[in-house]
Amino acid sequence: MQEQILQILQEDAHTTPAQIAERLGRSPAWVRKQIKQLEAQGVIHKYKAVINWEKASHERVFAFIEVKVAPQRGVGFDAVAERILRFPEVHSLYLMSGAYDLHVVVQGDNMKEVAYFVAEKLAPLENIQSTATHFVLKRYKVDGDIFAELETAERLPVTL
Amino acid sequence: MTERMVRRSLVSQRVRNLAPSPIRRFFELVESMPDAISLSVGEPDFITPWHAREAAIFALEKGFTHYTPNRGILELRQEIARYLASRFGVAYDPESEILVTVGVSEALDLGLRTLLDPGDGAIIPEPCYVSYRPNTELVGGTPLGVVTREEDAFRVTPAAIAEVADRPSGDPEGRPQDGPRGRAKVLLLGYPSNPTGAVLGREDLAAIAEVVEARDLIVIADELYAELTYDGDHVSFASMPRMRERTVLLSGFSKGFAMTGWRLGFAAGPAEIIAAMTKIHGYTMLSAPGVAQKAAVESLRYGLKEVERMRREYDQRRHVVLKRLREMGLPCFEPRGAFYVFPSIRGAGLSSEDFAERLLLEEKVAVVPGNAFGACGEGHIRICYATAMADLQEALARMARFVGRR
Repeated sequence: MQEQILQILQEDAHTTPAQIAERLGRSPAWVRKQIKQLEAQGVIHKYKAVINWEKASHERVFAFIEVKVAPQRGVGFDAVAERILRFPEVHSLYLMSGAYDLHVVVQGDNMKEVAYFVAEKLAPLENIQSTATHFVLKRYKVDGDIFAELETAERLPVTL
Repeated sequence: MTERMVRRSLVSQRVRNLAPSPIRRFFELVESMPDAISLSVGEPDFITPWHAREAAIFALEKGFTHYTPNRGILELRQEIARYLASRFGVAYDPESEILVTVGVSEALDLGLRTLLDPGDGAIIPEPCYVSYRPNTELVGGTPLGVVTREEDAFRVTPAAIAEVADRPSGDPEGRPQDGPRGRAKVLLLGYPSNPTGAVLGREDLAAIAEVVEARDLIVIADELYAELTYDGDHVSFASMPRMRERTVLLSGFSKGFAMTGWRLGFAAGPAEIIAAMTKIHGYTMLSAPGVAQKAAVESLRYGLKEVERMRREYDQRRHVVLKRLREMGLPCFEPRGAFYVFPSIRGAGLSSEDFAERLLLEEKVAVVPGNAFGACGEGHIRICYATAMADLQEALARMARFVGRR
């Protein structure tokens, strides 16, 4: 049941406990209690809007940066990551398997700002061996939400 | 000569004898109001999951555009066998006991043609899917309706089946006929039920199985909605002890897998029956669409997670609809399968058709009058909740307004 509450809220955080209760066939009080618990446990981290910046007057630029790290004794990936994640320009940060180590998603107002951040802040950090920057040209689907306009299919009004 | 041509009807007697749908006029009214919210559909609102559509595109790219074997491609029959075994615990040989058909509709038609001689009776619990009765008549059989009641949760009772099976002939009015023919031979079990949403549990099936064995009936089990049950898993009639040998199990991809337009179903049963059905299918249909078969293979291999996602969504809508209907004072039996609710509207003081028509004209919400599914469906309407939550909420709010005025 908790998983279903999470799925409903992930789809639309505006869904009220009363509406969720109706869908799950439970009482609103019970749902409110579950949500409180999930919030207290940090399972529900926060509520926020999904924004298609391409439609906003104030556009954003995103870049993916592949970072290779040369860990030194006593300085693991976590320590390097913690230095990087504190920059407000860093939108997401992942430790990766494979050809590189850290996957950094950076957002800025324009390309120049992002390029400046990589060149001046990220690349010079200690233990960072190399960076490769890829600018995002278009965002089609972000965190499960599709930005592209998909056609809706028609159904016959009556079928038995 | 001229006189004869004038008198002759172009249409065969058999087809002329088929009763027209009792609600044809209502259909036309719904079609003339495209901006109404429709709760009168019989198919998922979900588009077929992408992985299945993608598999079909790939099949087309590869030039998979020819006839397939009559029975369907072996790859699909093997997947169906695996699916039936793991999901419902029934074992079928993909070589000889499974036939891929053009929707369950074709499978039903083939089953009836295969099992019924002229005059043989088919016991049909009602309210039921609209084609059971006319299809039985088309193959020359005699439909033997059995009324199911709301107080029995719309389950057919073993006693009611026995009563019909024990009639001296298959004639609906009980008139005696010559010879053994005309008696009930087939029982058509359509559960989970369209239109009521009723399901049969293991105990119900066990009790029915006893009657079936004692009366030597053959069961056509239309289990198309098997994936869509909400309180416990579906139990297949074919999985009951000794019933596999006297059951033709029908299912398909339309509902649970959201693949209505692909027109793909299947029949599983004893080799003798499946061979006979395949014989007819070979002459009348040749084979089911090849690209659809490829998509179905993909659905069975990787699609069950998507099915579960859709089922959960339907279940949430089911809760919402039931609560709202009860709030507006329409008594409603709790359906445990398919995606329909079948509330009683007798309290509104209107017939099913008048209720549906006025609801459509006054509030632009389309539902199906219950009498479309058999005379005993009168006093009810069928509401389909395979509709986006926002539309469903709006439609229910309008319906509450409508009922409040009665």
